[in-house]
Amino acid sequence: MSIIAPKFRLGYFLKYVLDNVFWIIVLLTLVGLPLVQIMLFYIDLPIVNGELVNPFLALTWLADPSRTLPLIKALMFTDIFRIAAFPGFGFAALLAAGTIFVERKMLAKLQLRVGPFYCGKVEGILQLMADGLKLISKEIIIPAKSDKPIFIAAPLLFVGAAAAFVALIPVAPGGWVVADVDIGLIAVFAVIGFFPIITILSAWSANSKFPFIGGIRALHQMVSFEIPLILSLLGVVILTGTLNLTEIIESQSSFPWIIFLPVGAIVFFICALAELERIPFDLPEAESEIVAGWLTEFSGMMYGLVQLGSYLKLYAFAALFVVIFLGGWHGPMIWPPFPEEIITEGITAGPITAKIPGLPVFSQEMLNGVLWFVIKTVSVIFFILLPRGVFPRIRIDMLLKIGWYKLIGLAFVNIFIALTLLYAGVFGPGGIL
Amino acid sequence: MSKQLPPGLAVESVDERIMTLNVGPQHPGSGHMRLIIKIDGDYIVSCDPDPGYVHRGEEKMAEYRNYITNIPHLERPVIHDSCNVLYPYCLGVEDLLGIEVPERAKYVRVIASELNRCVYTLYWLAIYGIFLGHSTMFMWPAGDRELLIDLLEKMTGARVTHAYFVPGGTRNDLPANFEDVCLRQVNYFEKRIREYGPIFYDNPILIARTQDAGILSREDAIRLGTTGSVLRASGVDFDIRKKEPYDAYEELDFQTNVLKEGDSYARSKVPWLDMLESCRIIRDALAKMPKSGSVRVKLKPNPKGGDESVYRRVESGRGSLGCHIVSNNKPEPYRLKLSVGSFRNLICMPHLLKGEKLGNMPAVYWSLNYWPVEADR
Repeated sequence: MSIIAPKFRLGYFLKYVLDNVFWIIVLLTLVGLPLVQIMLFYIDLPIVNGELVNPFLALTWLADPSRTLPLIKALMFTDIFRIAAFPGFGFAALLAAGTIFVERKMLAKLQLRVGPFYCGKVEGILQLMADGLKLISKEIIIPAKSDKPIFIAAPLLFVGAAAAFVALIPVAPGGWVVADVDIGLIAVFAVIGFFPIITILSAWSANSKFPFIGGIRALHQMVSFEIPLILSLLGVVILTGTLNLTEIIESQSSFPWIIFLPVGAIVFFICALAELERIPFDLPEAESEIVAGWLTEFSGMMYGLVQLGSYLKLYAFAALFVVIFLGGWHGPMIWPPFPEEIITEGITAGPITAKIPGLPVFSQEMLNGVLWFVIKTVSVIFFILLPRGVFPRIRIDMLLKIGWYKLIGLAFVNIFIALTLLYAGVFGPGGIL
Repeated sequence: MSKQLPPGLAVESVDERIMTLNVGPQHPGSGHMRLIIKIDGDYIVSCDPDPGYVHRGEEKMAEYRNYITNIPHLERPVIHDSCNVLYPYCLGVEDLLGIEVPERAKYVRVIASELNRCVYTLYWLAIYGIFLGHSTMFMWPAGDRELLIDLLEKMTGARVTHAYFVPGGTRNDLPANFEDVCLRQVNYFEKRIREYGPIFYDNPILIARTQDAGILSREDAIRLGTTGSVLRASGVDFDIRKKEPYDAYEELDFQTNVLKEGDSYARSKVPWLDMLESCRIIRDALAKMPKSGSVRVKLKPNPKGGDESVYRRVESGRGSLGCHIVSNNKPEPYRLKLSVGSFRNLICMPHLLKGEKLGNMPAVYWSLNYWPVEADR
């Protein structure tokens, strides 16, 4: 491999760094400084706390963390940050990007290949970025006879629904959830219920035969697997007596529900595979029969958006499994405590010692919770990805038979197990545990 | 409407119950041909294969080239199985010219032919895997082909289009130390393909999907004129290597694999069993091969055939492959006709797909061991 891959040479690296530094200095002095001068001359700058806010203040903020930290902290507790960055879209998209990379490399190892290798020098780590750039730069082709508004809206709706699903997942203790609703589980079911509608809308609006067949298949599959999916979660609701996802996590502080309700967990996992259209349930995208199913007519970034939505959905389902059955953020404390001397004595860097008020930014419990949540979610995602290397695709009649006969029956078995635990006095008011 | 629609297609009205699907030639599951499939819901009402997109006129081309220059272009129909495609032609020309092939060349030909059969079958199996959505089964055979392709490269100098068989023997002798390398590679290869069993052939989903899909009964298989693995999967013990042994196959110890079910699962399993048998044949041939001697009879320049016709056939990766050569005292054949297994097996496809589910279409189609380029020639 090293024969084909370009060799690392220190000289080239240094030249590359120095070139970049040179151009940064040139552009800053020739373009940046005149711009700042023009701003200082012609724009009335505001005065905050008796201090003129000019662009050079940004450099002061960088050098003085005691001023930056409150700003960052104030930003972090806004809703925008929550929706766009941490428990919401950004965090989920980051995990989804990691999922795509892990999926490719893991599948490649399983199939005795190397997988993405060249892009980004280290094990093809930038392959996803390259694919995204490629999709953005491609032309979006809309079929002439399609129903254009619906056809264009479908990928956006798909990503929107997936993002709404992500918003309901509590990630860490201390209210780190975008939308903490009392009927969280019902909201989850409502969001899941949107996916078949979006799928059939996009399939029908494309006005083409293969998307149509794929959309009909997706509709059958999602609707028939939604029922066991909902039923499999009822056991936990019966035992905890709440629909709020945060309270469901709080109820698992000593043990996760998978210990008492393994049947429900298995049913939920299989239904999640079917809802996500992963192999062996990827009939709506069955390549050798119906080209790409309901995705056939999407091109360019429209296809990219659908893929983004489906990976967000993958993360959300794995996270829901963690929340309901694996105890969410609960786990042994492995995150090291924040060093006390930084708070009392401040940070010493050379001759300067600065005291920074407002540290630590995140509590130890929250960081530990996020760590455990990510570990559990990633392992569930791993098990969702694994069947892709092992199983072929199944047929639509077999799929419906599994959904309607076996999984619904097993889901009811799970509910009876939960009721038995409740009436035997193991759980609930006055229970043993 | 002045514009004429292609045959088999008609304008559909909106309220029609039957939907026509045009599968191919631009379709991931069609190969180089078109299938006009009419479906009622999920069930196939009728299937009309429309081959001919890769017709290259190989047979006509053969009439303008002499017996030696015909070699490289005649292997083009199935380049993955190029030794076996040339085999009946070489046997036929040898009959025409009255040449006896040296003993060592017979064994070398058998080894090359069996290696090439495995290369072809692996390619076929890889596509069968991806047709059923099993991506690992696409990658593993495609990777394991390299072992045998490396061997064939040592033998012939080319990786895919070998042009190794010539009338009168083989183009060149085996390289030094080939026997040891071949034995080692083939033993490892056999170990590898045995691993396909647990991941693919014993996979419960695969069995549920392909069992009872497209059942071809013994009588139908004979009546429709199928051949090769399709015929053997329907319970008919027919293998040209046994029935009409050519070259060294008489002296070799092997058996044919026959399954009785006649469904897609049996049809997909027979080539795999044949590959295991091929490993046995190669080992046997390596042991029995004369260690030295000539591998090629020198022909006269521009040889002429007599005023007669010959028909020879061999067992290729897709069944019996026959070559009919008519000669009229000229250096070129007067007429050359290939009778290929792919086209014979394609004939039973409309019969098998009628009443099947749409999801079974790839499973049945590719289990017929069909190679579109060979069928069109």
